[in-house]
Amino acid sequence: MTADAGQTRLGEAGAGRPAPKIKPPLLSPALRRRLSAIGWGLISLSLFAGLWEALWFFGMLNPLLLPPPHLFLSDIPGTLKFFDRSNRIGSVASGVGVWPLLFTMGSTTLRVLVGLTLGFTCGVAVGAAIHYVKLLRNLLLPTILLLAPISPVAWLPVAIFVFGIGDVPAIFLVFITVFFAIVLSTGAQIESVPKNYIHVARIMGASQRQTFWKVILPAILPSLFMTLRLNLFAAWMVVLIAETVGVGTGLGQITSMARSTFNAKLVFFTMAIIGLLGFLSDFALRQVQNKMLWWIAPNQGAAR
Amino acid sequence: MSRPAVSIQSVSKRWTPEGRAPVLALDNLSFDVAPGEFIVLLGPSGCGKSTLLYMIAGLEEVSGGTIACDGEPVTEPSAERGLIFQEASLFPWLTIADNVAFGLAVQHVQPVKRREIAVETLKRVGLGDMLDKKPDELSGGMRQRAACARALAMRPKVLMMDEPFAALDVQTRARMQDFLLQIWRDSGASILLVTHSIDEAISLADRVVVFTSRPGRVKTIVPIDLPRPRESRDPRYHAYRDLFTELLADEVDRAFAEQEAV
Repeated sequence: MTADAGQTRLGEAGAGRPAPKIKPPLLSPALRRRLSAIGWGLISLSLFAGLWEALWFFGMLNPLLLPPPHLFLSDIPGTLKFFDRSNRIGSVASGVGVWPLLFTMGSTTLRVLVGLTLGFTCGVAVGAAIHYVKLLRNLLLPTILLLAPISPVAWLPVAIFVFGIGDVPAIFLVFITVFFAIVLSTGAQIESVPKNYIHVARIMGASQRQTFWKVILPAILPSLFMTLRLNLFAAWMVVLIAETVGVGTGLGQITSMARSTFNAKLVFFTMAIIGLLGFLSDFALRQVQNKMLWWIAPNQGAAR
Repeated sequence: MSRPAVSIQSVSKRWTPEGRAPVLALDNLSFDVAPGEFIVLLGPSGCGKSTLLYMIAGLEEVSGGTIACDGEPVTEPSAERGLIFQEASLFPWLTIADNVAFGLAVQHVQPVKRREIAVETLKRVGLGDMLDKKPDELSGGMRQRAACARALAMRPKVLMMDEPFAALDVQTRARMQDFLLQIWRDSGASILLVTHSIDEAISLADRVVVFTSRPGRVKTIVPIDLPRPRESRDPRYHAYRDLFTELLADEVDRAFAEQEAV
C-alpha cells in the first residue's frame, strides 16, 4: 500500500483518503491580483514619466513646449488660479484653492454623465420601438443608418445653432455619441435573444410587456453596457470639444484657454486631470456594471 | 376510459421556406395520450417529432387537423402544458429559486407564496440547497432538474420534453431517467418525451410512438409491457431493443437514400 497508494482495485472502490492539506496563501488571490495590477500600473506610469524627465534632463526637450511632469505638477497653487471663474482679464488672480478645479471637473463630468444616461435610455427605447413596430422601423431605420456614421463633432455647429451657448450642446454631443450606437445595438441584440427564453415566457403566459421587461431587457443588458463602455472614451473626447467652443466652463474651456495663452504647463496639467477622470469614469462604470449585472462573472468578457 | 389528456387528430405541418416549394414535415398524425400516461416519441432526426411538441405546446400552429388538451382545442401556449428543452434555458439573471418562480411571478402570485412554492418544488427535484445559486453554478443535470422544477411549479397536466437529456453524459443521463420517473409518478402529469435513443424509450415509456422519416407519420405504436424498474439485462428488454432497431433502421435507410438522391 505504499507504491500504489493512488490506485483503486476492484472491490475496494471509494477507499476514503484524506485530502492533502494545502497551506492557505498569505494574501487572498483576489487581493494579490489587485495589488499586482496596481504595481504594474505604477511601473508603467513611472517608465513613461521617467523617459519624459530623462529627455528633458539631457536637454532634448524644450520645457516651454513639453514641460515634464515635475514642472507642470510643481506649481499647483499657481495652476489652480486658472480654474477660478471669478478671475477676469486684467483682474488680479484670487480665489486660490481646489474648489474651482473641482467645480470645473464636476461640470465636465456631469455633462458626460447626463449625456450618457439620456443617450442610453433613449437609445434603448428607440431601438426597441424600431424592432417591434414595423411602421417605425420602415420610417426611421434608413435615416438612422444614414446619421449614425456622422462624427459627433460634425454635430457641434448644429448643437450650437439649436441650443445656443451653454451646457446643452455639450450634453447633446455626448448624447449623439452613444445614442446611435445603442439604437443599432439594441435591435441586433433583441434579434439574438435565445428563442427558448421567449418560448419559456410565452408558455408561462407572459404578456408582450412582461416578456420585454422580464426577459428581453435583462438578456440584452450586458451587451448594451459593453457598447456603452466602448463609447465612453469617445464621449469624453466629444465633451471637451464642445466645451472649447460652446460652453464657458469645463476642462475643454481651460485647455483651449491654455492653448491660446501658450501655457504649456496648464495644458499638461489639464491633460493629466482629463486622463484621470476618463480612467475613473471607466472604473465607475465597471462597478455599476458588476452591481447591475451581478450574474455575469467579473472576469467574463466585461473585464478589461 | 376517461377523456384523453392530449388528443391529436389528423395533424399535419407544412413549412414554406422562402422562395421554395412547401415542405411537408408531419403528415396526418393521430393518437391520444391518456391522463398520466408516459409517451415517448421515437424517430430519426428531422422527422418532425419536436415540431409536434411545439404544436401541442401552442408555440407553432398546425397546418391541418386538430390538437385538443382535455377536450379544449389548443390555440395558444399555456403553463398547463409545460415544455422542457434540450438546454435548460434558465434565465442567467435570476437565481434558481427565482427561475422556478418565474411563471408564478408572471401570473402575479404574491412573492411570499411564490418563494414557498419554488422552495417546495426545488426540494422535490432534490435541489433544496441550491435556491440562491446562479444557473451557471449548477451542473448540466442540476440545471435540467431546475428546468423541470420551473415547469412543475405551474402544476402542468402535460409535461413535454424535447430531448431533455441529450446534452448530458451517460451516467448523469441514467440518473436523470430515474429522477424523471419519480417526478412523473408524484406529479400525475402525462409526459411526452422526444428522443432518438432506443434505450431511453424502453426504460421510460408506457407506449412508444415510432415516427417515419420525413414527412413524419406514425409508423407504429409499441406498448412496453415491462414492470418498472426496467432491467437492461432482461431478455424482453433485448427483444424490444431489437424490434426498435429494426423499425428505425428502415427509416434511417430511407432518409439516407433520399439525401443521396438530392
